[in-house]
Amino acid sequence: MVLLQDLSKSYDKGNVKAVEAVSLEVPQGELFGLIGPDGAGKTTLFRMLTTLLLPDGGRATVNNLDIVKDYKAIRSQVGYMPGKFSLYQDLTVEENLNFFATLFGTTIEENYHLIKDIYQQIEPFKNRRAGKLSGGMKQKLALSCALIHKPTVLFLDEPTTGVDPVSRKEFWEMLKRLKAQGITILVSTPYMDEATLCDRIALMQGGKILAIDTPDAIVQQYPEKLYGVRAAAMQKLLLDLRAYPNTLSCFTFGEYFHLSFKDDHAGAAEDLERYLESKGHERIGIGEVTPTIEDCFIRLLKQ
Amino acid sequence: MRTIRFLLEKEFRQIFRNKTLVAMIMVVPVVQLLILPLAANYEVKNINISIVNHDNSDYARHLITRITASGYFRLTSLNTTFDEALAHIESDEADLILKIPRNFEKNLVRENKQKLFVAVNAINGVKANLGGAYLATIIRDFNQDLMLEWFQPSRTSQQPVIAVTPTNWYNPYLNYRLFMVPGILAILVTMIGGYLSALNIVKEKEVGTIEQINVTPIRKHHFIVGKLIPFWVLGMVVFTLGLLVGWLAYGITPEGNLGLLYGFLALYLLAVLGLGLLISTYTDTQQQAMFIAFFFMMIFILMSGLFTSIDSMPSWAKVISRLNPVSYFIDVMRMVVLKGSGLADIIPHMGAVFVFAIVFNTWAIVNYRKTS
Repeated sequence: MVLLQDLSKSYDKGNVKAVEAVSLEVPQGELFGLIGPDGAGKTTLFRMLTTLLLPDGGRATVNNLDIVKDYKAIRSQVGYMPGKFSLYQDLTVEENLNFFATLFGTTIEENYHLIKDIYQQIEPFKNRRAGKLSGGMKQKLALSCALIHKPTVLFLDEPTTGVDPVSRKEFWEMLKRLKAQGITILVSTPYMDEATLCDRIALMQGGKILAIDTPDAIVQQYPEKLYGVRAAAMQKLLLDLRAYPNTLSCFTFGEYFHLSFKDDHAGAAEDLERYLESKGHERIGIGEVTPTIEDCFIRLLKQ
Repeated sequence: MRTIRFLLEKEFRQIFRNKTLVAMIMVVPVVQLLILPLAANYEVKNINISIVNHDNSDYARHLITRITASGYFRLTSLNTTFDEALAHIESDEADLILKIPRNFEKNLVRENKQKLFVAVNAINGVKANLGGAYLATIIRDFNQDLMLEWFQPSRTSQQPVIAVTPTNWYNPYLNYRLFMVPGILAILVTMIGGYLSALNIVKEKEVGTIEQINVTPIRKHHFIVGKLIPFWVLGMVVFTLGLLVGWLAYGITPEGNLGLLYGFLALYLLAVLGLGLLISTYTDTQQQAMFIAFFFMMIFILMSGLFTSIDSMPSWAKVISRLNPVSYFIDVMRMVVLKGSGLADIIPHMGAVFVFAIVFNTWAIVNYRKTS
């Protein structure tokens, strides 16, 4: 399990606050997602928890071990997969795995059962140099290397960034299987669609946590009704929607604009449609949509 | 132990997979040892001389023949005025001007003395110095011959004469290569060891693999030792290659004990690699490491006594060269290879290099942090 209390870290003599008083708790066996855009402080947080970076303030424990005092013990209990591929590109798949197994004082055979599902997929290429692997295969190798010493907590920093959709899906299935084995997993990702695959998520922005809950609960907490609006001239539509007096918020979402009303009375949608028609819009479509994590995130950002 | 063995295995694999690196390690010392000692030669030849001859006498012609026959000088022009000759210096065609005055022979015979004028282009200091000195020697010899011609030496000398006959020990023919090859070999081993170790940890930082290493429970000194040993072995290999080249190409075999030479090298490499590691713990990119290593190498090489004698440096520079591990190695190389010095002679050098090794390596281990 992982416990954080007001954990803080700043760079540049305190001018850049990368992580600001973050508190959260991840119980054992949970798949916990840190969701946030680039620069939210996810990597800094992970680097502190994996004892690579000393915090400025607050405290944190991993498996009840203090990240500052007991860093040595933590290192043999956690697995870390950095965002940037950081295995030896000039060593083969097998050599990399063997090397990291040895550093942790174990062997591939001893913990083969843990990585079997993942490693089997790259085993045909075990004599290929890691640098020559495709993006998805690199991730699998990195995950294998992070798992080879049977960690109880796994930190995955943006493991699916730059990986194709099929490999991404496979990767998340692997995480679920690892979770089933009782491994606590903290994963960070900039992709909102991956948030729903986690048990609980924390939405993070500017070094602060905006919300922590299960993905469903976060979505349900969305207070207003949300409408998807589209028309032929999207650029003009956005300007008109923002000018509409009853608009609370309006932002781009895929091929729609997601809109909520200040006063969401019955017939508010029809009022809007009439307004848009009067502005000369064609092929207007307005319909209610269920909010997604991304909607929640954008709403939280605006507060 | 198992960890270190695996670290070594990994390092050697990486080194041998890097084909360019292996080629550089093997080819560079051989090529440099074949080229440098031949090119970096103190002997100045082909000094261009312009002679202004105002005296068309026998003696003047004798002198000129002597100068051109010496092999050091190349007669650029024979001029009638000094200004013409100076023009040659200005256009860089001549390095020296010798002016033979009017009535050179007549005055020499009649008044028993005569003056010659030598002007030297001092832009290239070494050439000017040596050219001037060579010319002076030739003129002196010429003068002596004249003396012999005029006065038959009496059987009993009028005045006591002390004749000095120097013998050059350890390098009787003043063979320039004998002196340079061991020095250049010392520099090569230093450069290869220093650069390779400086760039290595930094490379792991740059590629990001150090992150992955740092989250493992590996001990700091295990990691550093795993980095040191491979380059230590490579340094030994390069040195052996260099010795072979020295023997095959120049016929240089160490006068002293080969084991002693390797013993010193073993200690010396620890110091050099320690410095490289120290640099790599302070830098974040290979570029930074390269420049810092280059900065130190330049100073080390120029102040090592390879090209210019440390004894003739100003006292502050002597202090700096005492802090330069390369100067000790070059000294030991020359002592053991040329002079056949034994262990007792190089004990002070060993002590100094041992201190360097301890300081650099301890510093590097302390400064290498797994947590930032």
